[in-house]
Amino acid sequence: MLSTIATAAWSSPTIDYHALAPEMILGAGIVLLLLLDLFLSDARKWILTPVASFTLLGAFLPVLTLALNNAGTRQMFDGRYVIDDFSLVMKGMFLLAGYVVVLLAADYIREGDYYQGEFWFLMLSSIMGMVMMASSRDLISIFVSLEFLSIPAYMLAAWRKRDSRSNEAGIKYYLLGVFASAIMLYGMSLLYGITNSTKLTEIGASLGSNLTSIRALAVFFVVIGFAFKISAVPFHTWAPDTYQGAPTPVTAFLSVASKAAGFVALVTVVYVGFPGSHAVWQPVFWILSAATMTLGNVMALKQTSIVRMLAYSSIAQGGFILMPLAVAGETGVAESALRAVVTYLIVYAATNLGVFAVVMVVARKTRSGEISSYGGLFSYAPGIATLMTIFMASLAGIPPFGGWFGKFAAFQSLVSAGTTWAYVLAIIGGVNSVVAFGYYGSILREMWMRPVPDGDTSPVSVKSSLAVALGITGLATLLLGVLPGIVIHFGDIAGLAGAFGR
Amino acid sequence: MEVISNHNWALTVGTFLPLVGVLIMLFIPKAEEALIKSVAIATAIATLAVGIYTMVQFDFGNAGAMQFVAQHDWISVIKSSYYIGIDGISLPLYLLSMVITVLVMIYSWDHVPSPGNPKAFFILMLILQTGMAGTFIARDLILFFVFFELVLLPMYFMIGVWGGENRQYASLKFFLYTMFGSALMLVAFLALFFKTGAESFSIPFLIEQGMNISRTTQIWIFAGMFVGFAVKVPMFPFHTWLPDAHTQAPTQGSVILAAVLLKLGTYGFVRIAIPVLPEAAKAWAPYIGGLAVIGIIYGSLGCLAQTDMKRLIAFSSVAHMGFVMLGISTLTSFGMNAAMFGMVAHGLITGMLFFVAGSVKERYHTLEIKRISGMLLQMPKLGWILGFCAMASLGLPGLAGFWGEFPAILSAYQPAPGLSVNVFRTYMVIAAIGTVFAAGYLLWLFQRIAFGEPAAEFAAGHGHDEDIHDVNKFEWIAWTPLLIAIVVFGVYPQLMFKVLDPAVGVTLKAFGG
Repeated sequence: MLSTIATAAWSSPTIDYHALAPEMILGAGIVLLLLLDLFLSDARKWILTPVASFTLLGAFLPVLTLALNNAGTRQMFDGRYVIDDFSLVMKGMFLLAGYVVVLLAADYIREGDYYQGEFWFLMLSSIMGMVMMASSRDLISIFVSLEFLSIPAYMLAAWRKRDSRSNEAGIKYYLLGVFASAIMLYGMSLLYGITNSTKLTEIGASLGSNLTSIRALAVFFVVIGFAFKISAVPFHTWAPDTYQGAPTPVTAFLSVASKAAGFVALVTVVYVGFPGSHAVWQPVFWILSAATMTLGNVMALKQTSIVRMLAYSSIAQGGFILMPLAVAGETGVAESALRAVVTYLIVYAATNLGVFAVVMVVARKTRSGEISSYGGLFSYAPGIATLMTIFMASLAGIPPFGGWFGKFAAFQSLVSAGTTWAYVLAIIGGVNSVVAFGYYGSILREMWMRPVPDGDTSPVSVKSSLAVALGITGLATLLLGVLPGIVIHFGDIAGLAGAFGR
Repeated sequence: MEVISNHNWALTVGTFLPLVGVLIMLFIPKAEEALIKSVAIATAIATLAVGIYTMVQFDFGNAGAMQFVAQHDWISVIKSSYYIGIDGISLPLYLLSMVITVLVMIYSWDHVPSPGNPKAFFILMLILQTGMAGTFIARDLILFFVFFELVLLPMYFMIGVWGGENRQYASLKFFLYTMFGSALMLVAFLALFFKTGAESFSIPFLIEQGMNISRTTQIWIFAGMFVGFAVKVPMFPFHTWLPDAHTQAPTQGSVILAAVLLKLGTYGFVRIAIPVLPEAAKAWAPYIGGLAVIGIIYGSLGCLAQTDMKRLIAFSSVAHMGFVMLGISTLTSFGMNAAMFGMVAHGLITGMLFFVAGSVKERYHTLEIKRISGMLLQMPKLGWILGFCAMASLGLPGLAGFWGEFPAILSAYQPAPGLSVNVFRTYMVIAAIGTVFAAGYLLWLFQRIAFGEPAAEFAAGHGHDEDIHDVNKFEWIAWTPLLIAIVVFGVYPQLMFKVLDPAVGVTLKAFGG
């Protein structure tokens, strides 16, 4: 045994440096941040912020060149690390979302004197994990990416270490996250035992559609493990407390990028690894989706704190994103379901980051996190209020703002499946999107129709970095709604290499 | 579909010009109120000018065909395109939306409702204008849907911010009802798309393919669209948002709502639901007709029970839209013509009534019918305008209202082949009784408000009379075109029927009539 390994000629794997460039630039940036943090005096730590943002933009460049290069799918390491259209779109999204989060966090971190170097280091590490996740096609690399993106996020959630809520946020997130990892690992170990491989395409071929109970159990555990990450009901309990306790920019990061990474992993595993097992995962997704959007909505209706409301809203939105996956195994639906998930994630990222930018701007002025503190915002800050209106309308799915197209794409793939269960889920989704206006509308009502609670109508000052973030997200939300063709163009080419055995 | 005219830029410009005005207004400081209003009104007038140009260039000899057609890629991956055009059915409504916007804006010059902020108010009206005009020219279901929804938020804010005491409740109710309808409508659109081979959302294509869908499926798809459109019309029993929305909305909101927004629903029936799904339309027609006559009677009885003038007019809208829906449900060319005429006439007359109600409210600070009397003595001009509109609304021959109501009733005598004659003749009788009620509540309203001596609290010298003055300059400018139109279309209805009829014929091709 040993001798065969010893005698086998070892050849180093060929590395496609162009394909790995985003990861390498990120890695270099992370190291640079650490070193600069060591040697810079406190007064000059501000340099770290531009370093972090240029690293992200720098890593985005090769993503662009790879996308324009159009050389087809690039595979490395025996097809376990794949650069296809799907992974490029998602990498681009993670990097740009990360850039916006840097803009959100810049002043927050500097003013709070919160260990700037370490903060950026952890955040970029987490983004690195996400970027790797988009390319991983192997159980090991998926698990490593997942931990890579999660562990820094646990620490970021607990960043305000003298605030007990922030500690609670970190601990809850950590404990439940580790618990989910354990369940997922158990599922993965079963998979390895059954199929004798960790490579997703091989697992897919080996599982086929022949479902024994042990195979079903393995698939079920892996799916459930990711359900924690995307905070699907009933595995959502960590989200509201974590979102409320974590620093606001971190919450924005968790609710957008981290959630999207969970979906990317889920889609990859299900499409490439379990294409034949849809008899197991379709009902699971159906139930998760219906429960998630319904419960998320109902809970969101009762909230008085804006961040908690947004936490439940983000849970409910996760339910909508899950909708197409509940029918993805039907013949001919896989492609449109994948497109719907990708489109929805992009639109949701743009909108939700914008929402958090507004929340930060308003919180700076009102020093309050209550929904009632938005009273009369339109009368003294019409620009901010209009942007918030656009974001809320987008989340509620009202044309012509981005969100409608995400919902539309999800409904489209449900209706194209044409099964009774698909129609039932579509109707549940339809009712939920009306209910959701109950709480998105309550923000609109506060801003436009209620008086200013404390009578303080001094103008709101917007820091330049927040203004840029607002500009990017606002423009993106509007553009994605009016000309959805531009994202859908990505959605169109977002084929997932190896999906459904193809 | 041949391109008849090469002026097809006109529709795009006419639809999106208001948004250009919005962009300009965004850069004007809030304090420059006069400038803001001028820019807004100038934009609306420019838009109307483009609309009139469209009308002049419109080939009336060929009103049944789509004209000014333009088609460009929009969201190619879902096979939806930017596909617009205008025919005899769309043209009157398209122009109506532009005219109403201009007049409402002129009226708003010195009538910006509390809490002020004309910048936001005028911007919302311009956005509404884009949504309304766009809905009437869209030839693609997704484009239609987007425009249809575009009017939601501006109207929500208009009611919720500038409305009466109960505005927040009314605006939310309006929004949730409409949104619920649209969600079902969207699912119906998608089902239609997939049942016709998932090839296109273009309406002409769907009209060709729709009749191949099995009858049962058609009935289900129609049900989804029915809810979406019926909420907007609104038809009994989906009407309950309307009295609240109208009563609480500012005058401008009520006028736009009554004159144009309600027509989006009936227009949806005529343009999409009925021609695309003819079998389902036949199956649904008796029920639609039934709900329509229930609406007529219910609305009329509702009117008799009201103590608030604005709420009374709102209920009269339910009744009038009942006549429109009755005409549509006969599926005959006669009935459909009447319905289309009724839509425009209702827009002119009820819009005018809401204008008057707004002015009454401004002068008396109340709309409670029993507190107001003797308007003819205090403000003879306003009083007679109210009388004129009441007469027009009750369907007096010689005024526009008559040509929407009377032929609609008559059309129920002989519905399209395949529909039960007995059922529709029963509807005809019930609807005819409804006209008697209409005369009753409108004349009673006029009598109580306009006749008699002025109430003591508003009489001269009691301190409440400083606001009581007759029709002012802006009101005259805003109202005269509507009053003239009511007379012109009443005396010479052929003006509109000759535009409508060929287009209605094309719409009803599937019914052999």
